[in-house]
Amino acid sequence: MSEESNIDIYRRRFMSGTATAAAGLAVAPGVMLTEVARAKPADQAVSSDIRWGMLIDTNKCNEGCNDCVTACNEEHNLEGFGRPATDAQWIRKVTLKDKQTGNIQTLPMLCQHCEHPPCVDVCPTGASFKREDGIVLVDKHICIGCRYCMMACPYKARSFVHEKLQDQMPYSPRGKGTVESCTFCVHRVDEDILPACVVACKEENHNAITFGDMNDPDSEISQQLKQHSSRQVRADLELNTGVRYRGI
Amino acid sequence: MKDIVFKEIDGGKPFYLLLGFIGFFVLAALGSAWYMEHNGHWVTGMNNQIVWGTPHVFAVFLIVAASGALNVASISSVFQKTAYKPLARLSGLLAIALLAGGLAILVLDLGRPDRLIVAMTYYNFKSIFAWNIILYIGFMAVVAIYLWMMMERKMNKFTRVAGFSAFIWRLILTTGTGSIFGFLVARQAYDTAILAPMFIIMSFAFGLAIFILVLLGIYKWSDRPLGDSILFRLKNLLGVFIGAVLYFVLTYHLTNLYITENHGVEQFILMDGGVYTKLFWIVQILLGSLLPLALLYHPSTGKSRGWIGIASLLVIIGGLAQMYVIIIGGQAYPMEMFPGKEVVSSFADGITGSYTPSLPEIILGMGGIAVALAATFVGVRVLRFLPSTLADDAVDPHYPAREAEASA
Ligand code: SF4
Ligand code: SF4
Repeated sequence: MSEESNIDIYRRRFMSGTATAAAGLAVAPGVMLTEVARAKPADQAVSSDIRWGMLIDTNKCNEGCNDCVTACNEEHNLEGFGRPATDAQWIRKVTLKDKQTGNIQTLPMLCQHCEHPPCVDVCPTGASFKREDGIVLVDKHICIGCRYCMMACPYKARSFVHEKLQDQMPYSPRGKGTVESCTFCVHRVDEDILPACVVACKEENHNAITFGDMNDPDSEISQQLKQHSSRQVRADLELNTGVRYRGI
Repeated sequence: MKDIVFKEIDGGKPFYLLLGFIGFFVLAALGSAWYMEHNGHWVTGMNNQIVWGTPHVFAVFLIVAASGALNVASISSVFQKTAYKPLARLSGLLAIALLAGGLAILVLDLGRPDRLIVAMTYYNFKSIFAWNIILYIGFMAVVAIYLWMMMERKMNKFTRVAGFSAFIWRLILTTGTGSIFGFLVARQAYDTAILAPMFIIMSFAFGLAIFILVLLGIYKWSDRPLGDSILFRLKNLLGVFIGAVLYFVLTYHLTNLYITENHGVEQFILMDGGVYTKLFWIVQILLGSLLPLALLYHPSTGKSRGWIGIASLLVIIGGLAQMYVIIIGGQAYPMEMFPGKEVVSSFADGITGSYTPSLPEIILGMGGIAVALAATFVGVRVLRFLPSTLADDAVDPHYPAREAEASA
């Protein structure tokens, strides 16, 4: 089979959410299946009826806590090389200090899964793409590593893989010379499991992150967005981000 | 004016020595690229904050200069200035060569240069970058056809049409290159419409400076006569272009100062950006613009070949500095995500991005220049690109009249 047709198949599967599911089953069937409360068969295509989103309540986000970051690093095996300038960071804790009042807040910053993602617009090959359900991903098989998407992302959400990797998670392929960012744990979400960071935050009883379908009016995230005021970071760019913040 | 005779330059030992010398730089660049690719980009100065580094400074400079190098040909074919006609072929050759050099750098710096085929077959037509790939390849084709029309006697009648197409194409190409940055609305330094026209003017100056240097070099080295008349025309033109770039730089910063939210980045570049501020004022403005202007228009240095060459070299150095400030300085300035807040994180939020060019990056960049020069020299060696003489009486249509004037 030629490389091109491989790519096509990979892409079709990834966009419909079955590649990750299959890979997940192959690696750790026990672990994954026990947690699965399947809402849709794995071969069913993702649809635009859903828009996955995240609401982060900065009032509940604890200043010293780094659990979401640790969970993400473990889930995707983002173990660095002790080189902060070039190591990948899909999610990071950001501390804000108000210049006038001195008030301090912290919050996690990650790919905002924009509805109008600049990274996707600028990507020359189409490696950066947005699934129907709003999750923005990089197809590692056609990314040429030009880093234009990193120039375009207003949130510095992306990392370039600067060195050779070992021991990768099969459900979260990475590769030297390509760009990557938060996947909203698409391999879990497709299995109806919450993203790793959300679970970690819940386990600490901070409950600062709510994840769900923003298109479903009955979902917890939609209810919360309705009841409380929230903000998009750099709302002026009108990207309609999938990650919203309360308390900033 | 006599008929112009175009001739290949002589080969022989000195030619191959020169080619070998340039080839050494090309090889070194390939080695650097391999080293960067093999180890991963952490061995360079580039990182997750400064994602485009020195290779991109050289690459964008060369690509911009490429379209500018075509100016001389455009002036001759499109604007029908016969005095420039003998130089039109070299101008076209240089344009292709410079573009090839710039693209070589870009490709070798990719995270996955082995996926060049993917880049050529998967297009996202919303991406200005993808459009640029098409524009670059098209530019080479259009200029190649243009050269053919000029060099093949039977085709001469189409020269003007071909020249016109190439002229339009180059304007679009440079607009496209400028737009690569103009589309990055998230970054304060690039969020302005003036970037694209500024790139066009920059291309005029950089391309002409390189053209003058190459012309001086080849004619001296191949012992062909080069008259003052043509050279002085070119250097006067260069002076005009330098002035125009200065004007655009001024407008760029003034418009930015007018937009309140861009005050931060202006203060950064113009006042407290450290190396970027120094590069801007000392190298770009002083050494790269004001000094060459003075040299070119001063009554004595303006008539000296040596000084005209130095002035052209200064324009090139200033141009590289300008690219450095735009590309790397523009990334170093932290992105404003939370206005009114001080930001701290493990990912260099809120602080100036740090970047030090590494040796492999610099070698790769110089390799791009070497590729351009090698292509040019091989071109003039095997094909008839250069008039056997550019002496005043051979090329200047008004020469006898002027001579009479001067002696009167
Ligand atoms: S946050 Fe950045 S990487 Fe994520 S979708 Fe938006 S532009 Fe793309
Ligand atoms: S680095 Fe990869 S994903 Fe990003 S713009 Fe380039 S090809 Fe697209």
